[in-house]
Amino acid sequence: MIRESLIFEISDPGKPAFALPALDVPEAEGLLDGLAVRSDIPGFPQVSEVEVVRHFTRLSQQNYCVDLGLYPLGSCTMKHNPKVNEKVAGLAGFAQAHPCAPPETVQGCLEVIKSLEDALCEITGLQAFTVQPSAGAQGELVGMMLIHAFLKSRGNPRKIVLIPDSAHGTNPSSAHLCGYKVQEVKSDPTGRIDPDELEKAVTEDVAALMVTNPNTLGVFESDIADIARIVHAKGGLLYMDGANMNALTGIVRPGDMGVDVLHINLHKTFSTPHGGGGPGSGPVGIVKALEPFLPTPVVVRRGEALDLDFERPRSIGRVRAFFGNFLVAVKALAYIRTLGPWGVREIAEISVLNANYIRKSLEGIYDLKYDAPSMHECVFSDKLQKEATGVTNLDIAKRLIDHGYHPPTMSFPLIVQGALMIEPTETESKRDLDGFIEAMKAIDREARESPEILKAAPHHSYVRRLDETAAARNPVVRWEKPKNP
Amino acid sequence: MSYISLSAADKSEMLARIGVAAVDELFGCVPEELRLGRDLDLPPAMSEPELLAHFDKIAGRTTYPRYLSFLGGGAYHHFIPAAVDALSGRGEFLSPYTPYQPEVSQGTLQVIFEYQTLICQLTGMDIANASLYDGASAAAEAVLMAQRLNGRSRVLAARSLHPQYRRTIETYTRNLGLTIEDIGFGPDGRLDGADLAAKLKNDVCGIIIQSPNFFGVIEDLPRAAEEVHGRQAVFIVAVAEALSLGILEAPGKLGADIVCGEGQSYGLAPAFGGPFLGFMACGKASLRQLPGRIAGQTKDVDGRRGFVLTLSTREQHIRREKATSNICTNQAWCALRATIFLETLGQAGLRETALQNMHKARAALGRLTRITGVQARFTGPVFNEFVLELPRDAAAAAEGLRAKGILAGIPLGPDYPELQNGLLVCVTEVQSRESIERLALGLEEILR
Amino acid sequence: MVPQNLRYTKDHEWILADGDTATVGITDFAQKQLGDVVYVELPAVGTVLAVHQTIGTIESVKAVSEIFSPVSGEVVETNGRLADAPEAVNQDPYGQGWIFKLKLANKGDLEALMSDSEYETRLAGLEH
Repeated sequence: MIRESLIFEISDPGKPAFALPALDVPEAEGLLDGLAVRSDIPGFPQVSEVEVVRHFTRLSQQNYCVDLGLYPLGSCTMKHNPKVNEKVAGLAGFAQAHPCAPPETVQGCLEVIKSLEDALCEITGLQAFTVQPSAGAQGELVGMMLIHAFLKSRGNPRKIVLIPDSAHGTNPSSAHLCGYKVQEVKSDPTGRIDPDELEKAVTEDVAALMVTNPNTLGVFESDIADIARIVHAKGGLLYMDGANMNALTGIVRPGDMGVDVLHINLHKTFSTPHGGGGPGSGPVGIVKALEPFLPTPVVVRRGEALDLDFERPRSIGRVRAFFGNFLVAVKALAYIRTLGPWGVREIAEISVLNANYIRKSLEGIYDLKYDAPSMHECVFSDKLQKEATGVTNLDIAKRLIDHGYHPPTMSFPLIVQGALMIEPTETESKRDLDGFIEAMKAIDREARESPEILKAAPHHSYVRRLDETAAARNPVVRWEKPKNP
Repeated sequence: MSYISLSAADKSEMLARIGVAAVDELFGCVPEELRLGRDLDLPPAMSEPELLAHFDKIAGRTTYPRYLSFLGGGAYHHFIPAAVDALSGRGEFLSPYTPYQPEVSQGTLQVIFEYQTLICQLTGMDIANASLYDGASAAAEAVLMAQRLNGRSRVLAARSLHPQYRRTIETYTRNLGLTIEDIGFGPDGRLDGADLAAKLKNDVCGIIIQSPNFFGVIEDLPRAAEEVHGRQAVFIVAVAEALSLGILEAPGKLGADIVCGEGQSYGLAPAFGGPFLGFMACGKASLRQLPGRIAGQTKDVDGRRGFVLTLSTREQHIRREKATSNICTNQAWCALRATIFLETLGQAGLRETALQNMHKARAALGRLTRITGVQARFTGPVFNEFVLELPRDAAAAAEGLRAKGILAGIPLGPDYPELQNGLLVCVTEVQSRESIERLALGLEEILR
Repeated sequence: MVPQNLRYTKDHEWILADGDTATVGITDFAQKQLGDVVYVELPAVGTVLAVHQTIGTIESVKAVSEIFSPVSGEVVETNGRLADAPEAVNQDPYGQGWIFKLKLANKGDLEALMSDSEYETRLAGLEH
């Protein structure tokens, strides 16, 4: 196997440079006079195109990816990314459009945004959407700001946001960034919110409850209507983290459950590529009463044409430049148009079928702390293996790599010790699901017969287990030119 | 068209193993009265050819590509080498998630490590994160970071900072007790030194300046740095046109404590404003206050070099409400494109591209200001953008030019009432001598 | 068995009083819960502390834990070695891994803390 160097280590300033056309205007005299300019960027690479192409092609081969196989990372919804969507996003009318162009010249772009907002309203049962937030966490921030602005307009923004102990870490972090104090709500023995406990926690100081439904255990909050009623009765709002929308599309709509504000992740539910960690997109949906507070600008219809409305005095403002991760929105809309109403419903149906198939096949072999019905994902733990053999979820995850699969999400949610959170998504074939199930079974056998194999896994990857402690104790976060001996 | 991979036989087999008769039974936990109970009201499914035709039609309603465009203002048209599309389009880069499992993510992790290194080299800082959403939110994160560093709450922002960056900072800080005040600009378009001196007191948390600023003018950073550091405030430099770092001295060498900005110019299309690439870099001592993901170097059990995400205890999934930021998914794939772009151009190519931008902008400014009644609004040195002072309302003039197939620039009136006749014109390496001439002739005609 | 000469808090800090000053660290149980310590954020010398005030954090690769002051007083010294060798907290929590020393403001604060046997009883309770 070729060990790939850092580009800086193969750089040589003597190599031919990337060529531009010769300058076709007269060189300006004294162009750099009086300016602080640089003659050299120390260490900056100079390599040939051949070397660049091989460098990145080799690096690419060190990645596991959805195009290669099942990627059951719970809560991340790693589904197939259709190729045609990349082509659509590359059309000049989208990719080359400048965000400061007059609205008359970018009607196609505005149409994409409007159409996506309309589709998301229909799918979620909410009344308005903004596609400005760049990812789920920014969506949460926008959502909390909308709630703050709305409550403030009614006289009191309130102080507390309630968040279940099973929630994503972004929830408390986003609420905090909006100036709210976070108060945790303990899950009941089934892993759900207990309406009686909630009733005690909800006071007139509570601005909102942030709920994830299905929650991070993959369990539907069956009492969601009661939960909404309890929060609303005290004048609070119900926020839903839509990370797990994959379980619901076409079956049940957050707006119909009593949700007031919701963010969804286009890179999860609507198949836009995760790109190794972004770009995502986290549109926020709201009930009508919150509409005046939406980030600016808002796409509006004026006669036949679409326009951008900047004159919104009650708006929370903006959370980034321009209109969000627009090309991500293009890909999501392409996905929705491809699937149509039945296809969108099939997202939920088949993702829930696939998750339950895995659950049923591994039940008894791996421990299920909560046995409430699973929706689109199921959360096992390492309890049985750990008690019998001492191997942990980390060992199981690393051994899955040797078996050719990406590991599930580990150690989350926090309420399950040694969690292995599996989300297969709807696009997997039975053959791939069976392969994964067989691998998990084989790993259980290996744990019992020769746990040392798991402890030392992975054995067949480009690198083996990495020393994360050393990385954190003595951070080396950039290349530096070796000092001369 | 469907992307489901199950046959009817597969489904029956799977349902049998689960022990239910139909998929619907799996939704038993969803109360009947909450269910939609009808088909979604969405247009019918499309085949791939239909989809392409449909979107071709929509994209065609964007007439922008038919215009000769001199728009900049935080989004730039630059040449993108073919290698950037070819390599970044590989499924191995597009279809993985955040590299939580380093043993099967060394490609992404090494790219982030190289990206962080490039950003450090370009900005002249010690450390950089793995990316933020865009330049505006990076500016907001920089302000929040400054507050964590010294606990003060008055922030000064140059009035020549990109207006959308300014608004983003306002939104992010509104509920956190920070106040933002303007520092004006002088006749050269640079920061007004007297205004800075008057407002810079010991209670100032930090100051954020953009260079080249929104008017394209290159700021005198060392002078501002000296004043800011005299008050132990944090000096934040925002760079909205990152190509400028190919020729202008690194802000880190000129006194910046935090450098943040927009990396769109490094291989990303204008894309109607996104996805773009927020970057942020700072000094070593501030490492634990830096928001966002960071890749670090380490060794595996066999002693081989490898990379991991590190210092995660700063982040939301561990520190929850006490995290340095709520960011999770960032812009990794955009950072990949920037890395490919920068490594393809190399030091010499980047410098040459930056220089060509300066020469062409200078040539255009010279040509356009020979038109009667047209002047440079500011006297300060510019990179690839400049403000023209027109003899009439800039928005009206821009509209006149649009009728001639030219988008001449961004009228400044809506954001700067005092610059009603100001037009922000951007000239990059993609413009030719002919296109500059066409703009000049068009402008002459409509001003006649 | 935990050392007998120390007093303990429910947050798993230990404190060793010696006249007017006292040394504070985290217990063996706490370091095991955290895993490999990678960083300790220390309080500034001169910081005046109330009982149970947060005075710093201690980080492992995947966890953060706050350090609370078991008693009131003023920080007089911090363990500078931890900057380069945070692993001392894991290797020798009751010795080389001490975190800070303070001048006691009120010796009576010590009375409210657990003895070794009380702390052991508490640990036994946590095992379940």
